[in-house]
Amino acid sequence: MAHKTAPKSSKSRVKAQPERGPVMEGSDILVSCLEREGVDTIFAYPGGCSMPIHQALTRSKKIRTILPRHEQGGVFAAEGFARATGRVGVVMATSGPGATNLITGIADAFMDSTPLVAITGQVPSYMIGKGAFQETDVFGLTLPIVKHNYLILDVNDIPRVVKEAFHIASTGRPGPVLIDIPKNVQQARTQPIYPAKVNLRGYNPEQFADDVALNEVIGLIKQAKNPMIYCGGGILSGHASDELLEFVERTQIPVATTLMGIGCFPETHPLSLKWLGMHGTVYANNAVNEADLLLAIGVRFDDRVTGKVEKFAEHGTIVHIDIDNSELNKNKIVKLPILSDVKYALNRLNQLLDKSGQKRVKSNFAKYPDWFKQIDAWKREFPLGFKDTEDMIQPQHVIRTLCEMTKGEAIITTGVGQHQMWAGQHYTFTHPRTFLTSAGLGSMGYGFPAAMGAKVACPDRQVIDIDGDGSFLMNVQELATAHVEGIAAKAIILNNQHLGMVVQWEDKFYGSNRGHTFLGDPRDLKRIYPDYVQICKGFGVPCERVLHKKDLRAAIQRLLDSKECYVLDVMVPYTEHVLPMIPTNMTYKDVIV
Amino acid sequence: MRHTISVLVENKFGVLTRIAGLFSGRGFNIDTLNVGPTLDPSTSRMTIVVRGDDKTLDQVVKQLNKLVDVIEITDFRDGEYVDRELMMVRVQVNAKSRAEIMQICDIFRAKIIDVQHANVAIEITGNESKITKFLFLMESFGIIDITRTGKVAMARKE
Repeated sequence: MAHKTAPKSSKSRVKAQPERGPVMEGSDILVSCLEREGVDTIFAYPGGCSMPIHQALTRSKKIRTILPRHEQGGVFAAEGFARATGRVGVVMATSGPGATNLITGIADAFMDSTPLVAITGQVPSYMIGKGAFQETDVFGLTLPIVKHNYLILDVNDIPRVVKEAFHIASTGRPGPVLIDIPKNVQQARTQPIYPAKVNLRGYNPEQFADDVALNEVIGLIKQAKNPMIYCGGGILSGHASDELLEFVERTQIPVATTLMGIGCFPETHPLSLKWLGMHGTVYANNAVNEADLLLAIGVRFDDRVTGKVEKFAEHGTIVHIDIDNSELNKNKIVKLPILSDVKYALNRLNQLLDKSGQKRVKSNFAKYPDWFKQIDAWKREFPLGFKDTEDMIQPQHVIRTLCEMTKGEAIITTGVGQHQMWAGQHYTFTHPRTFLTSAGLGSMGYGFPAAMGAKVACPDRQVIDIDGDGSFLMNVQELATAHVEGIAAKAIILNNQHLGMVVQWEDKFYGSNRGHTFLGDPRDLKRIYPDYVQICKGFGVPCERVLHKKDLRAAIQRLLDSKECYVLDVMVPYTEHVLPMIPTNMTYKDVIV
Repeated sequence: MRHTISVLVENKFGVLTRIAGLFSGRGFNIDTLNVGPTLDPSTSRMTIVVRGDDKTLDQVVKQLNKLVDVIEITDFRDGEYVDRELMMVRVQVNAKSRAEIMQICDIFRAKIIDVQHANVAIEITGNESKITKFLFLMESFGIIDITRTGKVAMARKE
């Protein structure tokens, strides 16, 4: 028998009629389509080939257009907006360099499964392929880093394409969708027909586990003595945090999240082991690797999580639940792969557990006494810690102080490097969508624009970028956006004048030989360079430098109290290493503590 | 190990690039790839012969399925299908060899489609082993050029 996968078809819904609009230009049709999708914010940098759309945006009463100062800032802001809310982030740029400047952000959204619609202007269709001014094949360039993309050649296609794009970006495993629109299509006039529903026969994001598989999971749980849950960004994308909490409190299985999953399960919960992986807690890594049953939910067995993947959880039975079929048995062959929406699967598991009499408990977790005793012993032996100093400010101390002062209620964004790991380690996250970080692609410069996007989406929340001096400088121009647009995103730069994570690797693997990792001024080593206080002054953003530990708390208080964008430049030593650390392609037993 | 996969796709531009990119971006090797229209003008069918172990093939199928423009995938894992390939081959001839070549063509039900003083072009259709054997026989006469369609396949079913 030939093996045949079932034809993918979307379920038939109630027949809704398409709607006709008045005759308009393509650019106005595009904007009306965005409004219909509920878009209220777009980060957009204009240029020759996207001007008609910007003109149309000036006529929109529903959409706020925010002008970033670099397209990369715009796309990271759109990602921050999306990650903080779960809604689709929207970014726009012109053709050529505008479009290529989006690429890092699109790749970032692809790796971290962030729902994003990126719109690019394109040279007029009759100029495509002629090497026109600011022409680039952004459709071709983005093919490997998008969930789907479009080049619109007929103005009549705009309503259908926009509807499909938002549907694809936000359903199933979310991701970026790019729409490229030539200028003449933006300017062409037609009567738009807004389709009532999406009709994509090759796209069926709805996946639900069957009860046979879920009952097998319950059977495995019944036999397990040392079970663990390893869950990730899929819980957040799938809006399944409540279901996860209930499942954990029914089964009493301890939880380690991935970096992407931070916040999907409250870290204050007695069954939380924080997060696992290269710089995760020793107890999370030990527990996951020594578990006899590992429930991997909404994760992808990333190398930064598993280390040497063949050795990862090698003695445990692994169940993998994910909505993306291609992740099942990709990096790790597992005993029981289950293709499913995680919210559905957890909800259904809870129902089945309830039927079998397994009630939810909220405290006194004692189902696996020996296992909990072992985990507690690891927690006592290997707590997350650091050596504090008298006057010098340790980066971990800054984060712990911030956590205490914000009561763990802020939305934290980060750049990439040591500060990112410390932010994950030393801030205590209790809510979904409160730790926004470039995890998969690891894009420096993500933190501040993402904080802006999150702040625009959640104006009543405290949004703070914990950044490094290297990462912050990569999108420093966005201070102008924050100032001009009145976006009260805050930033704390943990300034060690170095690319700290690379320095750490130089110390560990290259005999401390510095390969272009010093960011200060080599001709004037005593001076702190660049001077962020002066830079911020130029942007009209208040900023203060903090040199002494005694001044830190008051400075953070001023940052928190500020009604506008505020920056703290906190000087920290560059000699500090992020620990614990499992070196690349090693196992949890090789951890450096 | 070689696998034959039949992929029904939306007849939209960029589909071939998406599929080719999917293979190249993951280091999967395509042996042959054939695209053509189907009964329904809005779809095309691709027949892809890919090399790799079962794990690779599993990923190929899953990744293809993820593409929005891919409608259906049939993975011919074992013999329940027929496949054919068309090849044109140009072979050197002289007065001595011409008759023998024509005789071999006759046996293989190949057709001579172009005749020149010193060479002929031959069209042959068949499964892989037939075409391989024919090529082997032509080698001794001197092959000048080859062009092949790649495999097309269809399930055996009532």
